[in-house]
Amino acid sequence: MIEIHNIHKAFGDKKVLDGVSGVFETGKTNLLLGASGTGKSVLLKCIVGLIKPDLGSVTFDGTYFTNNKLDIRQEIRRKIGMLFQGSALFDSMTVEENVGFPLRMLTEMSKEERRERVDFCLRRVGLEGANKKMPSEISGGMKKRVGIARAIAPNCTYLFCDEPNSGLDPQTALKIDELIKEITEEYNITTIIVTHDMNSVIEIGDKIMFLYEGKKLWEGTRDEIMDTDIKELNDFIFANRLMRDAKKVEEEEREEEREEEERRHEAENHTPAPSQETVQTQNEPQLKNPEGPAATTQTDNHQV
Amino acid sequence: MLQSFGKYLLFMQSLFTRKESAKILFGRTLDEAILIGINSILIVAIVSTFIGAVTCVQVAYNLDNAFIPRSTIGFMVREMTILELAPTITSIVLAGKVGSSIAGGLGTMQITEQVDALEVMGINSASYLVLPKVVAAILVFPMLVILAMFLSILGGYLAGTLSGELTPQEYITGIRDQFIPYNITFALIKSVVFAFLISTISSFRGYNTSGGALEVGAASTAAVTNSVIAILIGDFVLAYILL
Repeated sequence: MIEIHNIHKAFGDKKVLDGVSGVFETGKTNLLLGASGTGKSVLLKCIVGLIKPDLGSVTFDGTYFTNNKLDIRQEIRRKIGMLFQGSALFDSMTVEENVGFPLRMLTEMSKEERRERVDFCLRRVGLEGANKKMPSEISGGMKKRVGIARAIAPNCTYLFCDEPNSGLDPQTALKIDELIKEITEEYNITTIIVTHDMNSVIEIGDKIMFLYEGKKLWEGTRDEIMDTDIKELNDFIFANRLMRDAKKVEEEEREEEREEEERRHEAENHTPAPSQETVQTQNEPQLKNPEGPAATTQTDNHQV
Repeated sequence: MLQSFGKYLLFMQSLFTRKESAKILFGRTLDEAILIGINSILIVAIVSTFIGAVTCVQVAYNLDNAFIPRSTIGFMVREMTILELAPTITSIVLAGKVGSSIAGGLGTMQITEQVDALEVMGINSASYLVLPKVVAAILVFPMLVILAMFLSILGGYLAGTLSGELTPQEYITGIRDQFIPYNITFALIKSVVFAFLISTISSFRGYNTSGGALEVGAASTAAVTNSVIAILIGDFVLAYILL
């Protein structure tokens, strides 16, 4: 269990966190919810000690963390696993080395034991066989999975995730959310997730803390969130819904337009319309132009 | 400026607190020594050979006098190479190559949260990332400077003899004339000081990067310019104190 008490943080004149307190329970996915710029990531960094709060304290399972002795803070930090927004994998290391890194640095495991643990963690996140790949060779979703594998490799007690599904398509985002939820329950760890995505709230949010302009405005479960009468939270939920609906409508309209185009093309020429990929390829600027310099200039202008 | 210097000193202090185990530091230092040393051999070889050659030709041009023995050309090439050109020019070249690489690498790690990832694991990122670079630079720079000295004198020999300015015997006589071993020691002391300046200044710039790709580029540029200025100031101070 993690407890935060009266956390304040300001950068210059800008107050980012204003007396945030709360409890994050073990074995549950605790969500820090809020729009961009409300201080969610700063609060997360204050909890893990990457940013020192101006005022307030953080306690991990009863052990005081903020401003405690370096040894004690180090001891607690070694129980922390963190998934960063951009995954933060080490570029110069393979997937296997990334996952094995905390084991090499923080444990006395032998090479063989490390390899077994790495294989297990990669299997757990559904990435068996990706050991020798470099981070630059894998997709965003896979990077997040490697990040999770690295976080859980040293048997972490606390898992922190900073916007784990940012930059991912909805389907992959859902899978990552589910994976975090499963891991939290399976290993009975305390998980805190920073998110602004209502899908995550609905799918995995056991306990939710809503931040608005650096303050905690609401706290509760996912069943309670829809019945709240707090205007800011309702606005946030409404905006999220609007965005989701708008995206859905946009996708449907695009699909309809394409079908209409195909029908018209077939009616005019009695031939099937070119596929979407073919149209895209034709519209793309050509790198090498066999037509000569004039045509190349045209391409350059298009690119500019 | 004073504030930056204060931050630099605090950064230096952080390198020596909470160090990782000797085994890990040794491994990292070897990796860095390969990156800094082996990968710089070619550029150091090219620059120093040509500097020696140009020095020889220009000295020969200026000493076109029947009363001055031709062996003086070899003597001057040796003195200029050992005292100034090999340590200083090599360090300036390395400030460009190694300094920008260190600052760019650390800056990228900082903006992509890789440094934060180390900190969260309870690892002193400054010590883990920077200390091996500093130690490796201090070990490798003197070797590169010795290589630069040798190739520079060889470049002078080739340029002088192939252009017919002097005979091989005259050049070698000049090289051996009034040799002071302390000059080699002085050059090596310079190389160690410059290695320290380049590696720490570049690391400081890279480690304190915040923002995005633009700031990483700015940090690399600042690392090179600050290192070069530090080398020139250090060069004067060392010459004043040690000669």
